Amino acid sequence: MGARLRTRTGTRIGTRTGTRTGTRTGTRIGTRTRTRPRARLLAAAATALGLLLTGCSGGSEDTDGRITLQFQSLAWQKESVDANKELVKEWNAAHPDVQVKYVQGSWDSVHDQLLTSFEGGEAPDIIHDASDDLADFAYGGYLADLRKLLPERMKSDIPQRSWDTATFDKGVYGVPFLQEPRVLIANAKWLKKSGVRIPTAEKPWTWPEFRKITKELSGDGKYGVAWPLKEPVSATLNLSLSTGGQVFHRGADGKVKIRFDAADQVVPGTVRAQVNSDRSASSSTLGMGGSDTLPGFFGGKYAMVPLGFSYRQQIVQQAPDGFDWQVLPAPAGAEGLTQGVSPQTLSIAEDSPHKKEAMEFIDFLLQPENTVRLAQGDWMLPTGTEALKDPALHTDKNDWATGTALAAHLRSAPAQSVRGYPEWKDKVATPALQEYYSGAIDAAELRKRLVEDGNLVLARYQR
Amino acid sequence: MMRTKKSARAAQYVALAAYLVFLAFPFAWLISTAFKPTKELGSLHPTWIPKDPTLDNFRQAFEEQPLLQAMTNSLLVAVSAALVAVVIATPMAFVMARHRNRLAKAATGWVVISQAFPFVLIIIPLFLILKNLHLINSLPGLIMVYVVWALPFALWMLVGYVRAVPPELEEAASVDGAGKIRTLVSVTAPLLAPGIVATAMFAFITAWNEFFFALVLLKTPEKQTLPVILNRFIGTEGVADLGPLAAAAFLATIPSLVIFALIQKRITGGMLAGAVKH
Repeated sequence: MGARLRTRTGTRIGTRTGTRTGTRTGTRIGTRTRTRPRARLLAAAATALGLLLTGCSGGSEDTDGRITLQFQSLAWQKESVDANKELVKEWNAAHPDVQVKYVQGSWDSVHDQLLTSFEGGEAPDIIHDASDDLADFAYGGYLADLRKLLPERMKSDIPQRSWDTATFDKGVYGVPFLQEPRVLIANAKWLKKSGVRIPTAEKPWTWPEFRKITKELSGDGKYGVAWPLKEPVSATLNLSLSTGGQVFHRGADGKVKIRFDAADQVVPGTVRAQVNSDRSASSSTLGMGGSDTLPGFFGGKYAMVPLGFSYRQQIVQQAPDGFDWQVLPAPAGAEGLTQGVSPQTLSIAEDSPHKKEAMEFIDFLLQPENTVRLAQGDWMLPTGTEALKDPALHTDKNDWATGTALAAHLRSAPAQSVRGYPEWKDKVATPALQEYYSGAIDAAELRKRLVEDGNLVLARYQR
Repeated sequence: MMRTKKSARAAQYVALAAYLVFLAFPFAWLISTAFKPTKELGSLHPTWIPKDPTLDNFRQAFEEQPLLQAMTNSLLVAVSAALVAVVIATPMAFVMARHRNRLAKAATGWVVISQAFPFVLIIIPLFLILKNLHLINSLPGLIMVYVVWALPFALWMLVGYVRAVPPELEEAASVDGAGKIRTLVSVTAPLLAPGIVATAMFAFITAWNEFFFALVLLKTPEKQTLPVILNRFIGTEGVADLGPLAAAAFLATIPSLVIFALIQKRITGGMLAGAVKH
């Protein structure tokens, strides 16, 4: 093979060098004649490339006294993108002097992308994100404190419990506007046939009742529930608020300590028992994301799947014809239906020279009727009380009403303002909870890891 | 003896077939998913062949995202990066291969070390440099980054190819009166063609697939490249719009496949040429 290659190449070279090196003059003329069309082609290609590239270079802002704001949106589903773009268009039509440029971001990579933009001084003016991603940016001084910019209407319309989600060190660094509770999405036909009591927001299941019912529904290779716990920490902490679980306790000195008390152990204990003792929850879904459990749910393998409220959109799109599903509230504990959420937020970059105008745009975007459009596009709930009253969000179609009834019980996710939480989550809590749920470690070991290892991590951030 | 050879050969073919299946599986599944209707994607018992094949995912992908524009951008960026990287790397490789002094050794060391830097370590300084050059949110800026990023490995590849070319040929050209540049252009470069093509392919694929730099450096949708646009089919908590994502990802692989198919022989030649010691 190698020899054949050498021969081929050798022959080719031999011919070329032989021709070119006949005489100097001959070579030059020969070369010119041969390369002229190629050179022209290359020159034309280079010119075309240059023109294309020049055409693609960045533009300028604030020309002719007109302000141009950049709004980076993370909307990704078609309805949501359409709603955002329509609202930007409406704003631009009504405000010729303050134009908004829609910039598309992505949930998957927003943190790194924003961090780089902030460091480089090129961040968008208006930033769409989630409250649990804001802490680093707020403490780092990249986001504007909105307290003096917020209009009274917005301040009073959004409840304090929602403002708490975007408050860091007394500053408000984002306007929380969309949120979603974790709910149980159930196979309605299966539940009806089993004769179990169907829970409502007024009379939800308790955690022990939920455990008992999932056991009743299980058997013959079928499970009462499938917990998609690929990311177990936020699901566990947020649902544990219903039983009074806090995990993170802030002392008088402002420092946070981790505890794992009895109230914190109800939800994880229930899940572990369902998977390992009762066999009423599938162990194979513990490592899955929410979407991964849907084929099994549609195929009649699981009676219920705890998912975010917005998953209804996927269910509507993917459920087989005639599949009857319904939304149920998550189980309640000593604190009722309370659960933690990290709402979507709109923030303003500290470096933005047009903070006032940016807030005016946010105010327009979050007018109740506009918030409803955004909420419908994302299949989520608005935080604003006026928007929540909209009849479109109280309809039984796709169980909007069930979710809306839970809005009053949503609180700030317990961990999001804690510095060091991401490291604790990734290095300590995620592996510990995964091992606990799969039955590899017991409650004492889980507690030891979450508390002892966890406090060592937090201590480094609180010196 | 003969039987042993036959059974060994059969085992080799089985292993090769298994490896090909292993390599082809994700791509075959991607194609299957791209043509499945949404409801079939949620089936508990998925099939290889879509029961009710549809082009809806492609239609939706084109409707929701500027795929054509993104493909044009990606092609422009990847082809430019590959061309520039090769044009710069070829003479450098020639010098490094033919002049084995301390400087060449240091350069080789630099090439190896430069591969060790993760993206996140350099992205912020890089962003600031490009900002000062007014090359943020511009394709030329991204091309520059890709050239720099591909250059060390391209150089390392080409040095191997240059070393495989017998220096006697260059000496013969020199005796005939050719200068260094002339020798490189007329003697060494034609021999290096397969290696140059293989290196260009490497630079092309690196730029075509790259996501993070493009994400950070390009802001406006009309300038974004294909990997960034594909990422938009993924939403909160990693939820993906699976059908359109598969359709768009399938389309994204086509240019690479076409280019590979067209220059496959040259690449194979180039790979082997680099491997043979004279």
